[in-house]
Amino acid sequence: MTRFKVVAALLAALAVTGPALAADPDPQNWAAVEEEATGQTVYFHAWGGEPRINAYIGWVADQLKARHDVDLVHIKVTDTSGVVAQVLAEKTAGRDTGGSVDLVWINGENFAAMVRHDLLMRPGWAMVLPNWDYVDTDGKPTVLTDATLRIDGLESPWGMAQLVFLHDTETLPDPPRTLDALADSVEANPGRFTYPQPPDFLGTTFLKQLLLTYAPDRLALDRPVTDAAFETAAGPVFDWLDRVTPHLWRQGKAYPRSVSELRRLFADREIDLAFTFNPSDASAAIADGELPESVRPYLLEGGTIGNSHFVAIPYNANAKAGALVVANVLLSPEAQARKADPDVWGDPTVLDVAGLPDADRARFDALAEDPAILPPSAMRPTLREPDPSWTERLEAAWTARYGAR
Amino acid sequence: MSAATTEGLILDTVEIRRGTETLLALSACIAPGETLSVMGPSGSGKSTLLACVAGFLAPPFSATGRIGLDGADLTALPAAVRRIGLLFQDPLLFPHLTAGGNVRFALPAGTARRERTGLVRTALAEVGLAGFEDRDPATLSGGEQARVAIARVLAARPRALLLDEPFSKLDAAMKDQIRALVFTTAAERRLPVLLVTHDPADAEAAGGRIVRLA
Amino acid sequence: MLVRFAPALAIAVLIGPVLAGIAGVALPAFGYLPALGGHVVSLAPWQRLLAEPGLATSVALSLWTGLASTLIATAIALLFVAAWSDTRAFVWMRRVLSPLLSLPHAAAALGLAFLISPSGWIVRLLSPWATGLDRPPDLLIVHDPAGLAMIAALVAKEVPFLLLMALAALPQTDAGRLSRVATGFGYGGIAGFAYAVLPRLYPQLRLPIFAVIAFATSTVEVALVLGPTTPAPLAVRLVDWMGDADLTRRFSASAGALLQVAVTAAALLAWLALERLVAVIGRGAIASGHRLRRDGPLRVLAAGLALLCAVMIGAGLAGLTVWSLAGVWRFPDALPTRWSLSAWTEASSGTGALVITTVAIALLATAAATLLTLACLENESRQGRAPGTRVLSLLYLPIIVPQVSFLFGLQVLLLAVGVRPSLAAVAFAHLVFVLPYVLLSLGDSWRAQDPRYARVAAALGASEIRIFWRVRLPMLLPAVLTAAAVGFAVSVGLYLPTLLIGAGRLPTVTTEAIALAAGGSRGLIGVMAVWQMLLPLAAFSLALAIPALRARRFAAAWRIAA
Repeated sequence: MTRFKVVAALLAALAVTGPALAADPDPQNWAAVEEEATGQTVYFHAWGGEPRINAYIGWVADQLKARHDVDLVHIKVTDTSGVVAQVLAEKTAGRDTGGSVDLVWINGENFAAMVRHDLLMRPGWAMVLPNWDYVDTDGKPTVLTDATLRIDGLESPWGMAQLVFLHDTETLPDPPRTLDALADSVEANPGRFTYPQPPDFLGTTFLKQLLLTYAPDRLALDRPVTDAAFETAAGPVFDWLDRVTPHLWRQGKAYPRSVSELRRLFADREIDLAFTFNPSDASAAIADGELPESVRPYLLEGGTIGNSHFVAIPYNANAKAGALVVANVLLSPEAQARKADPDVWGDPTVLDVAGLPDADRARFDALAEDPAILPPSAMRPTLREPDPSWTERLEAAWTARYGAR
Repeated sequence: MSAATTEGLILDTVEIRRGTETLLALSACIAPGETLSVMGPSGSGKSTLLACVAGFLAPPFSATGRIGLDGADLTALPAAVRRIGLLFQDPLLFPHLTAGGNVRFALPAGTARRERTGLVRTALAEVGLAGFEDRDPATLSGGEQARVAIARVLAARPRALLLDEPFSKLDAAMKDQIRALVFTTAAERRLPVLLVTHDPADAEAAGGRIVRLA
Repeated sequence: MLVRFAPALAIAVLIGPVLAGIAGVALPAFGYLPALGGHVVSLAPWQRLLAEPGLATSVALSLWTGLASTLIATAIALLFVAAWSDTRAFVWMRRVLSPLLSLPHAAAALGLAFLISPSGWIVRLLSPWATGLDRPPDLLIVHDPAGLAMIAALVAKEVPFLLLMALAALPQTDAGRLSRVATGFGYGGIAGFAYAVLPRLYPQLRLPIFAVIAFATSTVEVALVLGPTTPAPLAVRLVDWMGDADLTRRFSASAGALLQVAVTAAALLAWLALERLVAVIGRGAIASGHRLRRDGPLRVLAAGLALLCAVMIGAGLAGLTVWSLAGVWRFPDALPTRWSLSAWTEASSGTGALVITTVAIALLATAAATLLTLACLENESRQGRAPGTRVLSLLYLPIIVPQVSFLFGLQVLLLAVGVRPSLAAVAFAHLVFVLPYVLLSLGDSWRAQDPRYARVAAALGASEIRIFWRVRLPMLLPAVLTAAAVGFAVSVGLYLPTLLIGAGRLPTVTTEAIALAAGGSRGLIGVMAVWQMLLPLAAFSLALAIPALRARRFAAAWRIAA
């Protein structure tokens, strides 16, 4: 073991080198932030699996270049937890300034991990952004609490998400609208339903939906998980899964790896139902020709799980001022309205549309009505996420039970 | 007998070893225009002797003794400056160069650019291949390739020739022609020649002394 | 005399990063990673690793898929060489298989997945007229728990590699004459080859086979696309753990990285045991004197299997190409009902930059690797001796130690010494993987060159430098260019080194293809797969065209003269 200690000491000695911390920009003095941001390059690490989102980020980059002389570079990542790992690797190596990530698209347990390991820029800055005033903190409480953690301005809201199911009105006009009905339908039609394999984000979200639906005590889910609480709450979830698993697509011996693979199976008609965490997915996939025009979204009776997604700045970001300017632009009514346009991306806004100035409200009113977007009459309640400690526990239990036999 | 004072190619108590075992020992003096034929079965170290004289001896072989040429001591010199021409049983023409290019490759470094073309043409003409400058070696017959190899080795203006079974792959009719060409040219140019062969006819045609290795 | 230092430099380039990377995971594997609060050396990471559900299954899968695919690929490659070398069919098959060598594993796997999956091209072509299906059957073909789809892809991809490596080694074994001697004694063609040539050929194939075992037991990209998922093979789970949001998992992931080294080592040992067994059986067979003259069916089988490899991958890639041009393509249509260039045009804004980055990295790494290789080989020629096999084995360290195991540690180390993600840093990481293949590819042809050419040139008064530039290099130009093309193809196909050392800032067509595979449409995956095919193909075409151009000039000069 002594040899390990020697090498470790050498590595640690290497790790403490590096320049002293430079003063961080102060968002209270916004004019100074904008001035400092001029000419900076902001590396925005964001999931890059969706061409429409990539194109939207490209549009944001054009606006930033023209109006603020900020270069926004989209680093397309496959998995946000890899970005967390990267910042952590930099912290391990003692690189406390000049980090490679300036801004990251994040939420949920990745955010919780960054908070836990103190990897985020402090103090909280989001609520000081000029465009924060438009954010709908009353109507959309998930912009203040991310997976039960108080955000305290450590990340800035970007968009909204809710679990939405998809069915083809021509082949399945009357889809199951409760999880009980879904289990019956899976038993009756073996091989025609599946979900992405946890810990994939959407797969885990589906497990959380089961948990929120069947847990006897909803309030227990808001507290950190304990062995006893998990037994009680997750028992019915695994009863449900035990019942359907033999009848799943591939008898539950293989699962799709992501939301897009699930959608692809749905498009190929391997499965009867799909679900997504982006309410406008159906509309976009129809526009792309991926899904037939008869596909419609719907929500479960009693509501589905929903949350917000955010952007955050790592503690060692190289272009903090530039990252603040980007976060503010992402919150602007113009950028939010464009993002909500189903022809562009279709991601619901975090702003309070009713409270916007007339000209900005008009941008939202102008968005085309789309039959593949849920009408107000189809809306159901948004269910709060459980405490993040439940997520990890649920994933581990699922993996032990179904993912590693 | 001293390597430094005599004309021709001198092998002064040359002894070649593989590891610690002695492979062969030889002393000889080859006068200009004379041919010494070394004969022996395969494995007797004939080719190793030539490698030693030409300057290519590599492990596991080692040698003692001295090698002299026209009064100069070659023992410590690298192969490239010994000016000893080498002919193998294969013509070993560079396949990426034309026949003329092969000869040109051999011209001594100091040769003026203007003279080169003329020298190449003459060298090929002397071996009976006038006008073959631009031929691809791969398109030549075996006899023609051997002739180009001879033209090439002579173009380097060697002061001695080493022949390693140079005629063994030629057919009978061709063999006599090429033998005659090599030995007359060597005699004309007064080159000492060291020939290793297992063919008594080669040694006979060479006309000089014969050394037999065990 | 700088070439004297080339071998030392090459060894430093190859071994340094591997050892450093292993140190970078060895410390956290025993609990030491101060930034995460790991200050005490402990066995806790190992305990947590061993408690992972299904770990034994994952390890078994890595061993099984790695060994089975290597065994099948080796058998097909050797059988084909035995049955068909020295025939026209051989030349033809070699032409068909060679391009597959240059194809990145990721593209081959994606192509195969599209071909054989229940919604894939084969079922589409047969439906509904033959199968009666109007929607894909629920068959567990891809991601099957036994890893058969993954093994199929690995076999299809490695057969060309082993076949070409065997071809490179054949001339040194005097195969033609030896097997003719054997057939002269009345042995069948395959038996003659197996008894007379194989014992001399195999030692030269051992390192390439080890490289195949190492890759197959630790591949991430092939397993992601085709492999089992409940659970996945060890390497895939390692990548998951290393990227897990729960950062403390990095300790047990590091222990897992060391476990992966052990798994690959175990596979290599198992192979060595198998070698012994085959040798004993082989000696018995030789002693028995059976002539095995009626080997016709076996010859047909060999050709059929080799052809199947080519056809599977070729058809899969054709399918991906069609997908890149598809507007609407629903099951069970055999072809898209609407064609569209949108996948190409949508990607076009970013694709140019991706291709330029890919080519720049590959050119840098390949140029450095080729220069270093030439310097090493030239030094070898001047010293008049080849390095011992032990030194050679060291040179193959980076392709025999699993990538996942040392790249994570290497990433931490590069950050520690202040190396920022840059084109040069990624190109250096690629060099570590490219150099062994360039050495592997060029070394044999270099050493096979008749040393008497250099002696003739030296006797004609040429200096060592002149001999290198005017004799060795031009004579070996085709081999040098081919080796460089191999290096280029390896670089284009690298995924983990690009991602980890480039910190995601230098996306290439391969990292983009895998990023898209996790989310994008099949059309865009098709676009990226086509680029992954085109770039290495362009390199190989150039490697073939340049010597041909020279030959044509040569021929023209001769025609004028004649």
